Amino acid sequence: MSGLPAVQELAARHRLRWWEALPWIAGIAAFFLFPNYLSFGTLVLVTILFALSLDLVLGYAGIVTLGHAAFFGAGAYTVGILAAHWNWTEPLSGLVAAALVAGAVGLVSGWVVLRTQGLTLLMLTLCTMALLEQAANMFSGFTGGFDGMPGLSFQPILGLFEFDVLYFRSQYLYALAVLFACFVVVRMLVYSPFGRSLTGIRENLLRMHAVGAPVRARQVFAYAISAAIAGVAGAVFVHATGYVNLAVLGLDRAAGVLIILILGGYGRLYGAFVGAVVYMVLEHTLSKAYPTAWQLGLGLGLMLVALYARNGILGLIDALRRRWSTP
Amino acid sequence: MSGAGERSARASQARATGALLETRRLCKSFGALQVANNIGFRLEAGARHALIGPNGAGKTTFVNLLTGVLAPSSGQVLLDGEDVTRLPQAKRVKRGIARTFQINQLFRGLTVLENVCIAVAERMRAGGGMLRPAGLRTEVTDEASRLLEMLRLSADAGRRVAELPYGRQRLVEIAIALGLAPRVLLLDEPAAGIPSAESHILLDAIAGLPPEIAVLIIEHDMDLVFRFAQRITVLVSGAVFAEGTPAEIAANHEVRAVYLGSAIDA
Repeated sequence: MSGLPAVQELAARHRLRWWEALPWIAGIAAFFLFPNYLSFGTLVLVTILFALSLDLVLGYAGIVTLGHAAFFGAGAYTVGILAAHWNWTEPLSGLVAAALVAGAVGLVSGWVVLRTQGLTLLMLTLCTMALLEQAANMFSGFTGGFDGMPGLSFQPILGLFEFDVLYFRSQYLYALAVLFACFVVVRMLVYSPFGRSLTGIRENLLRMHAVGAPVRARQVFAYAISAAIAGVAGAVFVHATGYVNLAVLGLDRAAGVLIILILGGYGRLYGAFVGAVVYMVLEHTLSKAYPTAWQLGLGLGLMLVALYARNGILGLIDALRRRWSTP
Repeated sequence: MSGAGERSARASQARATGALLETRRLCKSFGALQVANNIGFRLEAGARHALIGPNGAGKTTFVNLLTGVLAPSSGQVLLDGEDVTRLPQAKRVKRGIARTFQINQLFRGLTVLENVCIAVAERMRAGGGMLRPAGLRTEVTDEASRLLEMLRLSADAGRRVAELPYGRQRLVEIAIALGLAPRVLLLDEPAAGIPSAESHILLDAIAGLPPEIAVLIIEHDMDLVFRFAQRITVLVSGAVFAEGTPAEIAANHEVRAVYLGSAIDA
């Protein structure tokens, strides 16, 4: 019975392929090759993690959101407030706290907004983020308001590795390790029956209801997990940079991560990696070369992707490879 | 909540009379438009029952009321003698009511095998599992490949649904429904959109359904209906117009007048 080739293919789908080692080899190689760019590299890793969390809801569950920075911000402010007001500066427990708070925000807001779909859902995710942003602005005694909380410092990681204010060496490796841990979790989820059912919800909501799946519970749960991971990304950001301000939950960040994921290719795990690296490296080099006009070039590039490479850079590579293999 | 004793008493009463699925005075209206009018309907265990009627008679609405997609304005739906009127769709599926759609509702980007696996995993309550990869759940993939073999879809198991001809996609609809191990199977125009050259595959598939499943088929193809059905219900303007054996329905002059006429004479 299990001799069917399709069954074997399905049973092998979750197996690691050789090229899946590449991002991690590149990540470690970059540490040695670009010692002067590790602060930039750390931000890239944080962005990859944030985009990866978005991929779970957007790419797999098909939930279109413009407010994902709400959860990044929730994690960032959790770590910042704990450090500034309670002197809770141990980083790993900070990550756990950030994941719990952001996950809870995701669970509650998801429970409310995921009753809707399409444009309504898009607006409501945007509103959730705006509410949090206003709250962070208003309770300035707690959050530092518009100026945020600068100059935070944290204990050494595991009590061993001091955060390196000048060169970001430990920050980089810390971000890489957290990204790896979260990636393992997301990858496991994606290939599990839970992940397959999210794909089912994306592909056909009506049919998913008709096979008796608890559709909304699955959506809300995926949303909460994704929120928790975004919160961890926000926490790593604050650990690494030592400050938090309103920009962590602004529309700029939410739209940016959406662009990054679409650029790389959504619903394919590695789109977050490719998108974040390409976008941020382009942004970095273009803004240096053409300080006034660089956004024009970036915008044109994105338009080309949107018009001719709907599935992002990875989708383009896939299509080319398929054309190559079938003459 | 009714007591367990009362429930089992009602269930045994239902078993005694043989109605697996039953509706009582079922009504549904959208504003002034009455789409289900006092429908009393019984589907016996293991039945082969057809529901026919002109376009707009409320056949699909009736299926939606049976499956819980729509809530009735009044009246009851009973499964095995138990009132399921207030149960949401997912709970009714768990109790054994499965359906196919008039227009394919499939996971088009996924393979045929995956389509069926998703349904089987939900039925086995494994659809929310997060640790073990889906492909390694052999109890799910074995059952799915058994169903594909039964519907002669094995050769297409690894193809994406979107790449299949429409007729074969209709079979995937049935495979998904069977993956839910239904006691009641509601087929909403299974032959719709299939070229006549391919319809024999579908007819074979329907004829080969496990005999213990009660099947209600909505169909316009009178050949299929009269070959398949042991009982026929005629629905007109949301109300039961006539019910009987195929011979009785074919002989019913009023039914001929409103609906069958040309289809039978032809």
